[in-house]
Amino acid sequence: MRDCEYQQIDPQTLTVPSVPAVAVPSVTSPTSSDVLHPQKSTHKLRRKWEVFPGRNRFYCDGRIILARQSGVLPLTLGLILLTSGLFFIFDCPFLVEHLTRTIPAIGGILFFFVVISLLQTSFSDPGILPRATPDEAADVEKHIDNSGSSTYRPPPRTKEVVINDQVVKLKYCFTCKMFRPPRTSHCSLCDNCVERFDHHCPWVGNCVGRRNYRFFYTFILSLSFLTAFIFGCVITHLTLRSQQHGLVRALQDSPASVVELVICFFSVWSILGLSGFHTYLVASNLTTNEDIKGSWSTKRGVEESGNPYSYNSIITNCCAVLCGPMPPSLIDRRGFVEVETLASQAEVPSMVTKNDPNMDTKVLSDSTTLPWFVVGQHTLRSVQAMPDTLTGCTEDASRIQDFSSPRQPNMASFSPSWKKTSNKTVTQMWRAQKGPFSLNSFGALCSTTCTFKWDST
Amino acid sequence: FFPLQTHSLQDMRQQPSIAAKVFIQRDYASGTMCQFQTKFPPELENRIDKQQFEETVRTLNNLYMEAEKLGGQSYLEGCLACLTAYTIFLCMETHYEKVLKKIAKYIQEQNDKIYAPRGLLLTDPIERGLRVVSFLEKEMHCQKKLTPYFLVLFLGCFLLQFLVSKPARKHC
Repeated sequence: MRDCEYQQIDPQTLTVPSVPAVAVPSVTSPTSSDVLHPQKSTHKLRRKWEVFPGRNRFYCDGRIILARQSGVLPLTLGLILLTSGLFFIFDCPFLVEHLTRTIPAIGGILFFFVVISLLQTSFSDPGILPRATPDEAADVEKHIDNSGSSTYRPPPRTKEVVINDQVVKLKYCFTCKMFRPPRTSHCSLCDNCVERFDHHCPWVGNCVGRRNYRFFYTFILSLSFLTAFIFGCVITHLTLRSQQHGLVRALQDSPASVVELVICFFSVWSILGLSGFHTYLVASNLTTNEDIKGSWSTKRGVEESGNPYSYNSIITNCCAVLCGPMPPSLIDRRGFVEVETLASQAEVPSMVTKNDPNMDTKVLSDSTTLPWFVVGQHTLRSVQAMPDTLTGCTEDASRIQDFSSPRQPNMASFSPSWKKTSNKTVTQMWRAQKGPFSLNSFGALCSTTCTFKWDST
Repeated sequence: FFPLQTHSLQDMRQQPSIAAKVFIQRDYASGTMCQFQTKFPPELENRIDKQQFEETVRTLNNLYMEAEKLGGQSYLEGCLACLTAYTIFLCMETHYEKVLKKIAKYIQEQNDKIYAPRGLLLTDPIERGLRVVSFLEKEMHCQKKLTPYFLVLFLGCFLLQFLVSKPARKHC
């Protein structure tokens, strides 16, 4: 009877967000199910980006989000700035003198569009779906695995839905612990489920998904115009010069033009091709992912495509993709979360949550940006996680998690082990309030003519 | 809202069998639009009225449909944003965000009027990444927290009774 009482008042089974977890006084004797019993716990308020489980990097206190591997974003930016800089410095004066002033004006507008849309594509949330909480995951498990059989790795789970008379299979994501919505895909590089996942672009150093597809499209379209424009202007410049002094002399007089010519020549084909391809995707309301997989391959002789998301009108599709309502960021990077840090040296049970290794690794590798808030047993585990590769670490954790999950099909919220295994108990969350204007250090740094607020929520 | 009442330990032991969280999953029949299932969950059978539940979920669905609607306003907003290289998103609240605020207000209203008196808490789906609408049971957790205090109160009353009755017996 005594055991029953103390199990009921075990604070780790409390799941109401408004009730903070309170350490049970040490008067109670620890039961066998109460292995990880906190002796002392402190609550610290953290921003959600600091405890984000995916492989992302955050700057400016969560306002800017990037993939962990920035890829060739510096190269992209560098090439654009170099080519445009050389154009404005060396070609524009000659062309203004001989032709018209509108050339640098048009060039300036295109350059502005390119840089702004590139930065927006790279620094905004592509439509990341936050991972399911343990109680949600348990609820999903309850509905799909009623047999109660525990296998080491359950078979892939799918759910079928009918959308516009088309049968669509929804896959279960073992990392995020939820059935992926339609058109959502899990990016292995960023370790996140992204809504309307298009592709992970190394040139922009981020995934391209529902929220930043329009920025990406604007970027490649304006870049193709800019590249073609600079290419044309440089050809014109060299032609005009060579008429006066000959081609060789013209090339010698303006070496920068040669550099621009080479860069533009090699990039214009690929960028124009990419723009054309994405224009086709926008017109048919497809994603790169779906197109590559051939999910909705059209049958010959059938007017309507197999794509259930298409509006069957090019204009409507374009409007829907590019001018549709802008969905909000679901991960709420700047919201607050109360993190319980434990000072206990107790044994850690074998079941660990997915979050911890990722977070540990992220905390350790981004030591410049993240404060060290992990103490006790968590510290020990994070040190052990260091030699492992990121994928190795996460695979182990997910395997262990999957083993644990079928064993608790009926413990929807009264599953003490869910809460006990996570050393950091998320007990309170607040959503950041979005204000109309906010200046930040990055904004001050990169704005010369206007202030920016990067996709804050 | 949090009634002070004593419970026998038998009652307390039985209560954990009732689920403290009920999740309403997304309904993908209309594609990627944010809609929730209107099917009444069996766990809420004795807690709330089925009509009330369906009305709440249906209103939420309509609000989300309004947020994601492709219409004149969203096109205007989109075109304007496109022309300004999407910089207006930095200074302007989008239509979606305005509707989200409306939704938050509606949920607060529903909680105050309907669900809180029944000991339930309806959470805003945006807190859970628009994955689920969840109903939490507040009463149970409160009772669980106050159990030791009930016991102390109970014992205290018992002792007090004993002390009061002892001098009376002496007189007899």
